[in-house]
Amino acid sequence: MWTFFHKLASPPHFYDLAAKFIPWFAVIGAACVAYGTIAGLFFAPADYQQGDAFRIIYVHVPSAYLSMMAYMVMAISAAIGLIWRIKLSHAVAAAAAPLGAWFTFLALMTGSIWGRPMWGTWWEWGDPRLTSELLMLFLYFGYMALRAAIDDTAKADKASAVLALVGAVNIPIIHFSVEWWSSLHQGATLVREGGPAIQTGMLYPLLAMIFGFTFIFGALILGRVRTEVLFRERRSKWVRKLVLPEGDQA
Amino acid sequence: MSEILSMGNYGAYVWSSFGLTMIVLVICIVQGRSRHKSVLKDVVIRIKAMESK
Repeated sequence: MWTFFHKLASPPHFYDLAAKFIPWFAVIGAACVAYGTIAGLFFAPADYQQGDAFRIIYVHVPSAYLSMMAYMVMAISAAIGLIWRIKLSHAVAAAAAPLGAWFTFLALMTGSIWGRPMWGTWWEWGDPRLTSELLMLFLYFGYMALRAAIDDTAKADKASAVLALVGAVNIPIIHFSVEWWSSLHQGATLVREGGPAIQTGMLYPLLAMIFGFTFIFGALILGRVRTEVLFRERRSKWVRKLVLPEGDQA
Repeated sequence: MSEILSMGNYGAYVWSSFGLTMIVLVICIVQGRSRHKSVLKDVVIRIKAMESK
């Protein structure tokens, strides 16, 4: 078991293995998103209150879910990197940040586009769900700016890991904001007491979208971790062998 | 067809949300690939510079 983890965390082994997984993740993700998009747009029945506007849920919920998932990946990897000094986990944390920022941007934008016809406003500053999600976008920006500002990779890893961990307090706040405070944002649909509050014709495309987005995120992050590993290991023999074939003299 | 496009008069909101999502996903893919290529190039230059010393 432990030897498996050690081998996985070894950079050259990870670099090869990730390349094998990426196309599978991408294909599974694309297939699920294709089904979810078509079924969600054309076959799911319109909502009795929100009409066809509810269909924005099929892109909004997966984006919002992944925006938080990416943060958890970033914070947990950063913590593992700090505690056990596994180099690969710092690479994972660094790779998660830009993707998390993109999904947060998407969640905010699609939420805003949904809010306009349903609430009559694009944005509401007093709303805890909206503002805590926006705060997360700035946490991602802060994390990336901090990394970019420190040249020494080991120092950048440590400093940014601390920032990621402090900012993790925001995650439960985002999740429970719709329960703790009165909010314009609607309550949870899927993960709630008494099971999902949504009929199956609407539910299956949504689950397919969440599943598909997760696999696409998996493919994207594996690709970015490979890039990180390549740069971090630039002085190693295996990278020398990889980029300059045998006998190729400088 | 026009019924599908209009989405019960919410067409502009629904289609822009889906369109934006697809655009961002494509950006994520392209950005990741181009970064990998530029890092690869950079690493080759660094190694060559080191070995020629």
